[in-house]
Amino acid sequence: MPGRIPVVDYLVLADPPYLQAHTCVGCNALFFDRRNACAHCGAREFTSKALANTGRVRAYTQVHRAAPSVPVPYISVIVDLDGGGVVKANLLDTDLDDITSGLVVRLTTFVAGVDDDGTEAIAFGYVPVKEQQ
Amino acid sequence: MSNGDIWIIGASMTPFGRFPDKDLIDLAAEAALDALRDSAMSIHDMDILTMGNVYEANSHNGQRLQKQIGQTGIPVYNVVNACATGATALRVALLSIKAGESDVGLAVGVEKMGKSGLIGGAAKKRDSKKVYQPNGRYGSVLKTEGILGTGIMPGVFAQAGTEYALAHGVTAEQFAKVAQKNHAHSVLNPLAHYRKEFSLADILGAEVIAFPNTLPMCCPNTDGAAAVVVVSDAKLRTLDPDIRRRAVKISASVMTSDPWIEGGLVQPDVSTLTRQAAATAYEQAGIGPEDLDLVELHDCFATAELIHYDNLGLCEPGGAGDFLDSGAPWRDGSTPVNVSGGLLSKGHPLGATGIANIYEVATHLRGEAGDRQIEGAKVGLTHVIGLASACAVHVLEARSS
Repeated sequence: MPGRIPVVDYLVLADPPYLQAHTCVGCNALFFDRRNACAHCGAREFTSKALANTGRVRAYTQVHRAAPSVPVPYISVIVDLDGGGVVKANLLDTDLDDITSGLVVRLTTFVAGVDDDGTEAIAFGYVPVKEQQ
Repeated sequence: MSNGDIWIIGASMTPFGRFPDKDLIDLAAEAALDALRDSAMSIHDMDILTMGNVYEANSHNGQRLQKQIGQTGIPVYNVVNACATGATALRVALLSIKAGESDVGLAVGVEKMGKSGLIGGAAKKRDSKKVYQPNGRYGSVLKTEGILGTGIMPGVFAQAGTEYALAHGVTAEQFAKVAQKNHAHSVLNPLAHYRKEFSLADILGAEVIAFPNTLPMCCPNTDGAAAVVVVSDAKLRTLDPDIRRRAVKISASVMTSDPWIEGGLVQPDVSTLTRQAAATAYEQAGIGPEDLDLVELHDCFATAELIHYDNLGLCEPGGAGDFLDSGAPWRDGSTPVNVSGGLLSKGHPLGATGIANIYEVATHLRGEAGDRQIEGAKVGLTHVIGLASACAVHVLEARSS
């Protein structure tokens, strides 16, 4: 039976979906990938932390030239999440000219691909929070 | 006895460009032999050979080079450190001299890139049947480039630039002015890959690669090599007066890697390690940015050069856009930056770049830069950064300064 799988394991497909990070027990540094020891303080124990679904745009680009398999143009953003964590993703449904310093965005998900068993790969991106601008 | 100053007595670079008829070792040999000739030495005088190369790094290139220019049994160190590879090769030779193991060293950097396209975007092989399986440290089921933002070089440096732009109000036109300057500078450099001037309108109207960087705001993939011969202070004192007169002092040699920062989670941080390297280099050399007569910095993209004005302390904090608008980094400005044409126009053969910028500054300090000479240049700085991440900063001084 066809199912859904997150494109990366730090996206949790709950309702609503959210991002989860490994948190260092020593210094609270956050990592999306598994670490053997904390790159900040060296501690070796981690717990999981759910990150906020809202944040502010810190940096962006619009990519026009890419490998043939990547549809262009698209906007890539670096987002400072409310309450900690920094994430990179696509900014959806936005014109380049609408990006301002600290633009408030929220997480959304979309289908990034389907495999030969019919399983959907679910990715995350961000959209502007219009009412807060 | 070798813990004093270290000097460059020979420096060379090949023309940068695309040379399908030369292989990696042809280019390396050309630069190495020319640097040896420049220092009035031979490979038989060298105590150490260091070799920087990225794409063929598993091919023991230093030893391959020896087979073309002289197998003398000396230690050879092959190094790779992303775009800081050439500077790393130089540092290994310096460390050997500082440690007292060597008095004379040859450092070579070389790269054959051809038309290798966008760097960092190599495609994964497709399995016969596509079934999503979590893979690697992020448990990714597919290639996430373009799905979870961009991580290839044009995008990374575009985002580094817009981060600065959002914080300090820099415009796309200001970023384009970096490319206008460096392409204009390259017209005077016979060794540059491209020597064509572009108007600001041409640059802004060119194909966008990753906003705000258009095609002339991205460095080309280039073939080329560079080499330097370095000696201890004690050795220099034994050499001919003419070699001593043209010697260039390495007043600072610093290498850093990226310290942990919160934002480094998803985006390489090209600023913190540059700031730390610059601060240490100014301290080592006992100078400040105001003392620099020229700077060759790592303009892999126009956005990168602009933020490095700030990272290297060439401008007021947050003032990189104004610094550029003032004309300061043009060759007739107060702090000429990338008078070689920079990576944007001279080209960026990864392994060669960190020695080619040493060649450029040393040539000005010797007063031998021909049409592009910065008159009276006494002190210069070089900077390279490779992801993710290695940064090297060198301060060079003319012997008479």
